[in-house]
Amino acid sequence: MRTVNSLIGSAIERLEDLRFLRGRGQYVDDLARKDMLHAAFLRSSVAHGRIRSIDDSAARALPGVHSVITAKDIGNRVPRVPMRLQPLPDFEPFGQPVIAEHKVRYVGEVLALVLADTAGIAEDALGLIEVDIDPLPAVADRCSSAQNASLLFEDTGTNLAIKFHAVRGDAAAAFKDAPYVRRESFRTQRHLALPMEPRGLLAEWDAARGRLTVSGGAKVLFFNRRTLAKEMGLAESAIEIVENDVGGGFGARGEFYPEDFLIPFAARHAGRPVKWTEDRRENLMCLNHAREAECDVEIACTREGTILGLRGHAYVDVGAYMRTNGAVGARNIAQFMSGPYRIANIDIDVALQLTNKTPVGTYRGPGRFETDFFRERFLDMVAQDLGLDRVEFRRRNLVRLQEMPYSIATITPFESKDEFDSGDYQVTLDRCLDEIQWAEKSKLAGKLIDGRYHGVAIGCFIEGGAAGPKESARMVLEPDGLYSVYVGSSAIGQGLETAFAQIAADALEVPMDRIRGVFHGTTSFVSDGYGAYHSRSVVMGGSAMLAAAANLRDMIRAQAAERLGCAPAEIEIVEGTKAVGPGGKSVPLQGLSTEGISAEGAFLNKKHTYTYGAHAAHVAVDPKLGHVELIDYVIVEDCGRIINPLTVHGQAVGSAVQGLGGAMMEHLVYDQQGQLLTGSLADYLIPTASDFPNIRAIVLENHPSPINPLGAKGAGEGGIIAAGGVMANAVANALSTFGVQPRELPLTPTRIWELVQAAKQPVAE
Amino acid sequence: MSVQFQVNGKKVEVEVEPRLTLADCLRHSLRLTGTHVGCEHGVCGACTVIVDGAAVRSCLMLAVQAEGSEIVTIEGLSNDDDLTPLQKSFRKHHALQCGFCTPGMITTAHVLLSEEPDCDAARVREVLSGNLCRCTGYISIVEAVLDARSAYGHKEQAGDAARERR
Repeated sequence: MRTVNSLIGSAIERLEDLRFLRGRGQYVDDLARKDMLHAAFLRSSVAHGRIRSIDDSAARALPGVHSVITAKDIGNRVPRVPMRLQPLPDFEPFGQPVIAEHKVRYVGEVLALVLADTAGIAEDALGLIEVDIDPLPAVADRCSSAQNASLLFEDTGTNLAIKFHAVRGDAAAAFKDAPYVRRESFRTQRHLALPMEPRGLLAEWDAARGRLTVSGGAKVLFFNRRTLAKEMGLAESAIEIVENDVGGGFGARGEFYPEDFLIPFAARHAGRPVKWTEDRRENLMCLNHAREAECDVEIACTREGTILGLRGHAYVDVGAYMRTNGAVGARNIAQFMSGPYRIANIDIDVALQLTNKTPVGTYRGPGRFETDFFRERFLDMVAQDLGLDRVEFRRRNLVRLQEMPYSIATITPFESKDEFDSGDYQVTLDRCLDEIQWAEKSKLAGKLIDGRYHGVAIGCFIEGGAAGPKESARMVLEPDGLYSVYVGSSAIGQGLETAFAQIAADALEVPMDRIRGVFHGTTSFVSDGYGAYHSRSVVMGGSAMLAAAANLRDMIRAQAAERLGCAPAEIEIVEGTKAVGPGGKSVPLQGLSTEGISAEGAFLNKKHTYTYGAHAAHVAVDPKLGHVELIDYVIVEDCGRIINPLTVHGQAVGSAVQGLGGAMMEHLVYDQQGQLLTGSLADYLIPTASDFPNIRAIVLENHPSPINPLGAKGAGEGGIIAAGGVMANAVANALSTFGVQPRELPLTPTRIWELVQAAKQPVAE
Repeated sequence: MSVQFQVNGKKVEVEVEPRLTLADCLRHSLRLTGTHVGCEHGVCGACTVIVDGAAVRSCLMLAVQAEGSEIVTIEGLSNDDDLTPLQKSFRKHHALQCGFCTPGMITTAHVLLSEEPDCDAARVREVLSGNLCRCTGYISIVEAVLDARSAYGHKEQAGDAARERR
């Protein structure tokens, strides 16, 4: 790309803001249609049981109710929610029916839906449906799951969905003669993405044309359209999925959920538009959960602090069903337990255990948040054992610049190999130490000042991005001389329109105001698309736009050459507004073609980008109250070529605060009967403006990715990944007098107080 | 039943069920969809509107309770020509990502700055702690609100910036 422009790399204020700030965004619940019905879902209040009967006669009789749909109304076969990623045959027996048929397996599972003239009447009618469920013993945690005493799927004989296995080198040999070995267990708690906008859908069935339009799509429109087409017996071309403004994604929003079948089905069933908006309680019960994982791992080291091997077992509570991307977190726990460190010998298996809880899916930094807590906590314990400086211990084991690209553990099943693409992990570590003023701050370690103990910690992370296989873009030179950009990527609030306009304008060598718009909202704009997950949009969509721009410029040259009677190679496109041929003869691009010139481009990629960096924290812990004040927090990450420093910085800070929520407060609590006890925002706490006021992020671009023409890397998850490990280490450091070693998140005041109290007790031998 | 109130300077009369919340009335009866509903139990603050000068969660108020009130929503704090100084400050500081909590942030901040143009960072955080944002981590929102104070008559004092780092 020529650099006549330099929009890429500029802190351009966002285009999206102009509508969002004036209340002119259009989210799915903002839509209304004439003659629209409202849907409400009856959800199971029993975690595990057999359905004896559902009597909806009273509900049907309520004035204003149009119909009630249960499993028997769906047809001969109730569709299953598919696995989008890792679609292994092993998972098939554990698929979720879109509406409960014979059994219920978690609180929140759909039993029926009511269609009514208003949302209020639909909800009233839910109370009139009589459900008789024969309860079965609930499987409430991974240990009782592993006992297989109560089975979620009797036919399978097991509650174990699958085991992933990560292998590198020869762990058994490495441990055999290792001078130092330590074994530890750690646990992260179930929590969730919780976007501020609840989910919603509006489905419209055009019976005359046999066409279905579904608004409220997000993230993976094209996959969801394929799924819906198959399950509704329609051609893909008969379905349009529209993405409206999306109030946050974070991995959870936009996956194919049961409602993504049921609402379109209901619209066809009723012959009228049907709208559904999730309430917050449903959102907490039904949106993918995440992060509930435990590990029992061993590390082998030399006495000087070279890590020789890492082995052990991890367990993920995947909830009641395997659906869409529910295996990703567990898979990543296997592959990324070693993080950014050079560990030659690895042998880790991860068991995916089914329980009677909400199914899991990805949440920003899936598997990485968990393993960063496990590993970074472990490294501090080992450093203490060996009498090593915890920074030097990390430094010694970080993958080095000259080792790039660096192969990491291979995962089976799927034989998935991967490698880190580029980077100097020492540099981000050093910068982070400088920024937090490590030399000064570490003198405070364990000091009691005004009733509070001070602690500091640092940890390192890597963030994967740029999942393939492909992304598509189309660029159009409009008759009026402006350019339109169409992409298969999805916007979930991350500022995609602005970043893409910057990339497009640079690729076309025009000012940004010549880009008429970046259009991403429907399955009808490009031939194929893959969406927004695994921090892939800028790398994949951006690179596809470069290809589309090159193709478009070729087509413009060809057409201008015809006009000017010369060869296309002789044409130069000047400022994106005119085509100049030999002898200075030129033709304006405005009106060059009456119907516009359109070119598609695609980017294919099998490799991943790896953003990397370090976090550091300085905390003060009140041992009497268990309260932790975050005095300073620094994130340093290198995410390759930066498109927009403003938005990438915002992603770093925002994701860090989300990570601090996971580290310190967020917890989806279930009781032993499988009842969710945290079903409102008064029970499920997320960070507020007053919780973590001191966060700083430094985003570097020293090492562009070699695997894409932009040099960009996936970004936006780096802030969340290291937060749990770093905060736990900072608390341990502060409470070193007591020998407190947190092994479990979240670090709520209660937990910290209990750790202090336990440490005060005499040690029983 | 029928209820009358003013919205953004215009008198309206709406036929509502007694149980309809003000939020749903504004959004669905009056089609003022800039006000967002995030939790319906008064925690997230996305639905904050201004009722007789006070920042109010419109999901916790019934439409019938608005009888005779003057209500201002995000639409009433906006104009077609340009962003307001508060909105510009949000844009400059990248104080929004997905935009869903933003109308509630703007209405809450507008009331705060109108009443207390000299508020400090701690006060801004305290007031905004009733508005949840899942994208930004709040740092940029607090900066944006502080930076917009001048438009509300804040007297710049020496040392402001230094004090507000913390």
